[in-house]
Amino acid sequence: MTEAAPGTSAGERFALYDLFAAYGALIDAAEFDSWLALFAATCTYHIVPLENYQRGLPAGLVYCDSRGMLEDRIRALREANKYNIHTDRHLIGLPRFVGKEGDAKLVEAPFAVYQTDQEGETRLFATGLYRDTIVVGSGLKFRDKLVLLDTFAVPSLLATPL
Amino acid sequence: MLNAAIWPTLDYSRVPYRLYHDPEAYRREQERIFRGPTWNFLGLEAEMPNPGDFRTTYVGDTPVIFNRDANGTIHALVNRCAHRGAMVRREMSGNAGEHTCIYHQWCYGLDGRLHSIPFRRGIRGKGGLDPSFDMAAHGLRKLRVASVNSALFGTLADDSEPLEDYLGAPVLAQMRRLFERPVMILGYNRQRIRANWKLYAENTRDNYHASLLHEFLVTFGLDRSTQVGGVKMDARHRHNITWAEAESDTAEVAQEAYGAARVRSNYLSLQEPELVRFRRERADPLNIAITSVFPSAVFVQISNSLAVRQIRPRGIDEVEIFQTMLGYADDPPDLTLHRLRQANLVGPAGLVSMEDGEAIEIAHRASKPDRDSTTVIELGGAGVISDRDYRVTDVPLRGFWSYYAELLGIEPDGAVR
Repeated sequence: MTEAAPGTSAGERFALYDLFAAYGALIDAAEFDSWLALFAATCTYHIVPLENYQRGLPAGLVYCDSRGMLEDRIRALREANKYNIHTDRHLIGLPRFVGKEGDAKLVEAPFAVYQTDQEGETRLFATGLYRDTIVVGSGLKFRDKLVLLDTFAVPSLLATPL
Repeated sequence: MLNAAIWPTLDYSRVPYRLYHDPEAYRREQERIFRGPTWNFLGLEAEMPNPGDFRTTYVGDTPVIFNRDANGTIHALVNRCAHRGAMVRREMSGNAGEHTCIYHQWCYGLDGRLHSIPFRRGIRGKGGLDPSFDMAAHGLRKLRVASVNSALFGTLADDSEPLEDYLGAPVLAQMRRLFERPVMILGYNRQRIRANWKLYAENTRDNYHASLLHEFLVTFGLDRSTQVGGVKMDARHRHNITWAEAESDTAEVAQEAYGAARVRSNYLSLQEPELVRFRRERADPLNIAITSVFPSAVFVQISNSLAVRQIRPRGIDEVEIFQTMLGYADDPPDLTLHRLRQANLVGPAGLVSMEDGEAIEIAHRASKPDRDSTTVIELGGAGVISDRDYRVTDVPLRGFWSYYAELLGIEPDGAVR
């Protein structure tokens, strides 16, 4: 059950900021093993177009309801998929605590992702909102990550994680 | 000049790049294809269960509303006010008893008839419209609507042949197979590709590229060209069904064809092999059935993921692929979950589809500067256009161009059909 936003210490906030800073930086550096290490042993990862979410429709663009599926996604990205040659830049807004679910914390953060092609042209690729459930073990880990995609008319294609 | 002389061959095995980039071609496509005697997919009855439910879509560039009226009848209307040409219904979907343009509040019924005009008689006898103004002649333009089971099509031309004749027996059978039971909407996805719309229409008819561009198919054993499969077209060759049968080849045959290094692991090497595991749902063994309906609809079964794609041209240089993900209304919850997981395979982030966006963008970009050069469409042989019971073929692309040339009025004398 969701409770009201808990009071949080400065230490908890800094740990949360560090988690999100690492999240974006590791995708942008294509360090996906380290990125996967930010997720709990049991986790989910969904990218859902806002038009589906608002209508209560369940389909996502990426639908990983287990850690295995998320790891399979990353493996496919490395071994099989071909996509536009580019680099990503995540700009993640300040995350905020919005509630609790047992011992887990519910957190939201807005994001923008810009993509730059090989010739140096940058375009806005996506904006959206992370709505996450974060567990505290040895450090903070994402248990459930929901990427609500404002930019649901996806420019070209979506390969690297948001 | 856009005329029959642009074709270097009579079998459409060479297509000049100009057809992807010429503003005159685009203008004529809108007039003679999308506003011409073709049937365009609009949506699904499941999207409008109740009277007053409406959705907005496009037929080519033309904005369209389709809705269910109080009697349950479905109407499709050009979404453009008879007064000033403004878009009448701005929302993507909703429920309403009428459609009112925000500009001057001209109000239309769900059947498109013009119901009311504010200040029609003016104020205190001054202004307004002349009493002779004919309300009945100023409704929203209607499309003819027809359906295959619960899939709705519309046409803007008065002289289109009946939908069932337009589709032909093989396509009709495939659509009745897909829509054999009431469907439910699992969600939508959209992709905006910086390429001409015809490059996408060709891509869906191109069996040759599938296991080469989409390496995931072969790497994880979901689909390979060594399976029993082929292409099947309507008599006019404008539509196409790409099909394949599950588990109809062996690992040995596949490894010989692709080289062992390419078929390097099967689906069992995935941590979650359900992602690609085909659950047989019907008497037939098809695990791939991709039905392209000229000009702009694609009905897709890839394993247990089901979808309809609508190709929406957005000018010469951009196309939106609007995809509706489907299940059946009577699917048990575990099957719905299976379809949601397999939806990972398709769409803009699809494990076996994301590459299409890149492939047609680079084709669009590199073909632009040299408009008299041509593509090569000769896999499975040139000459006659006919069905094939093998997969290394792109012959349905020539069928697409054959009908395209006919509609645009640029079919050369003696051309194959």
